[in-house]
Amino acid sequence: MAVTSTSPTAARSALRVRGLSVEFRTRRGPVPSVRGVDLDVAPGELVALLGESGSGKSVTVRSIMGLDADNARSSADEMRLGDTDLLALSGDERRRLRGHRMSMVFQDALSALNPVLSVGDQIGDLIRAHTDASRRAARARAVELLAMVGIPGASRRVGDYPHQFSGGMRQRILIGMAIALEPELLLADEPTTALDVTVQAQILELLDRLRRELDMAVLLITHDLGVVSEVADRVAVMYAGRIVERGSGDDLLAQPAHPYTEALLTSVPQTEGLGRDLVTIPGSPPNPERVPPGCAFHPRCSWAVEACRETRPALIEVRRGRESACHRSQEVVGAGNE
Amino acid sequence: MPATSSPHTPQPAGTAPPGEVVLEARDLVKTFTTGRGGLSRTRVSSVDGISLSLRAGESLGIVGESGCGKSTLARMLVGLEVPDSGSISYRGRDVTAARRGDRRLLRRGVQMVFQDPYTSLDPRMTVLEIVGEPLTASRTGTRASRRDRVAELLSLVGLAPGLMERYPHQFSGGQRQRIGIARALALEPEVLVCDEPVSALDVSVQAQVVNVLRDLQRRLGVTLLFIAHDLSVVRHVADRVAVMYLGRIAEIGPTATVYEAPAHPYTQALLSASPVVDRARRGRMAARIVLDGDPPSPTSPPPGCRFHTRCRMARDDCRTDVPSLRRPSEAQERARLAACHHAEDALTRLEDVFGPA
Repeated sequence: MAVTSTSPTAARSALRVRGLSVEFRTRRGPVPSVRGVDLDVAPGELVALLGESGSGKSVTVRSIMGLDADNARSSADEMRLGDTDLLALSGDERRRLRGHRMSMVFQDALSALNPVLSVGDQIGDLIRAHTDASRRAARARAVELLAMVGIPGASRRVGDYPHQFSGGMRQRILIGMAIALEPELLLADEPTTALDVTVQAQILELLDRLRRELDMAVLLITHDLGVVSEVADRVAVMYAGRIVERGSGDDLLAQPAHPYTEALLTSVPQTEGLGRDLVTIPGSPPNPERVPPGCAFHPRCSWAVEACRETRPALIEVRRGRESACHRSQEVVGAGNE
Repeated sequence: MPATSSPHTPQPAGTAPPGEVVLEARDLVKTFTTGRGGLSRTRVSSVDGISLSLRAGESLGIVGESGCGKSTLARMLVGLEVPDSGSISYRGRDVTAARRGDRRLLRRGVQMVFQDPYTSLDPRMTVLEIVGEPLTASRTGTRASRRDRVAELLSLVGLAPGLMERYPHQFSGGQRQRIGIARALALEPEVLVCDEPVSALDVSVQAQVVNVLRDLQRRLGVTLLFIAHDLSVVRHVADRVAVMYLGRIAEIGPTATVYEAPAHPYTQALLSASPVVDRARRGRMAARIVLDGDPPSPTSPPPGCRFHTRCRMARDDCRTDVPSLRRPSEAQERARLAACHHAEDALTRLEDVFGPA
């Protein structure tokens, strides 16, 4: 796919992925979950991967992280972290990279932390596994990190266990662990979904600040359009295992070029539409085992024409800095102009 | 429509004239005990003195963060929990004690739509059995008439009646939630209590369910109590909204007033923290009111105003005196009440929430 030209920072990507596919082996045969995904994240940039459940967004980042499920088989044409070719690395080399140069924040902080280790020990272990820091130095760094992510009284709380912290605090601790070794790339899988809005605001602000201060690339997975709108520099929208649209945050949300993005935007309640019925998208996201032929969105699409049922549209540039996989992208984007 | 009243119903749930109070709660208090007992036993104050009334045909939204007691309130209103003190009356009759007759009356009049459509439907029952169960349980009609009624209910929520022999797993999340709504409507309740009805659904499916609820309200005149943590959904559905914080109502009033001119600092923070899709109104990350910390634990709620530990406007009186719900002086809107000693002050600082006008 000719997408390299549109990537603004191909020269200095923190993450560069080409043609990533992941397939799950099941009793009923192989089920493709991710189909030919390309991604670029520049240093200091926050890219949002937007999609609903089953769209393949979590599978994508797990595969980038090298944490594929046991029954998953992934393949890619290219996968680079900075200058490092991830595909050429052995499993062991890949493991040493994790936590050090790339790290991940999970949705459920309680199950991602070890309940029988104090948070100080967990962060300390991580630091000592990747560096030759002393026990004492690692402890001091743990306190520093807890303070950095906004845990009040960090030096007092470093010996506390995960259950002694609230949900928002645990998520901060996870972020603290993820940034402990100043990775080039942070993958955040729905980091605020389980949190209340006032706490979500704190976490989003923290992520935003950290990537500026550490010049860290962030790939944020979310299903929440509001979150995307608040923090994303660039957005990639996934549907049924493929990226169907991508572009800059401002531009893409203001003038979507793919009917799915457009429909998502009109289906969330906004101030302008008060008192009117919400625009609904008929049906529901397809089961990965039974993705419709042609464009996967066509059964739910109000723009669908005959061609959509047969030919899958490629992800192509519809205008500068914007790619969309729709036969009628130009019309969709034009409709937004009126 | 098939027979709705049976000889067993002491007072058939007809439709009250619009505007009449159908369900009223006064000073509801509910605490739970946790721990094994003895010294480790602690009391969790879930709902602490809530009063509200629902008028026929209106929709009241309840928003608040997790642990603020909104679900407990809902469960008390439908009779699934008995309050420690306070009273609940349905159409003027006190049903607080949940005696048999009360429960029967409440079940006819007040029904609930649950949050998770994956666990609130019995996987071994067909849709016909699920939606028809309230009719069977209340011995309403004959087998054939119940079947007709189920078909009617399914089409009311936008599902094909031909699907009634299927099982829940054959439906998507949005369709399951509609089945849950159809079941709640089976006895033609006057009040539908919806506890986070869309939060377990995919974004692209939420709108379908929101529209079904709005449509039912218009067509059947059913009264809605709509609980959600998503402020934009509540704004879309509710005529009035109540904001809860740690078991108490912080602010209540007409939706437009509460959203456009919030008088309680907590409402202001909540509105300011909610992400907005509209990119033009964003960029408030820097400007927004970010609350420190998390909501305090309901096991030891702060004295005075329960919000004072996180409030940017807190003063000495907030730490000691519990603010009562009152109408801020000078406020144009008479129907809005806020439980804040300094609501007048808060109202002068709306640019903190929405940016400079």
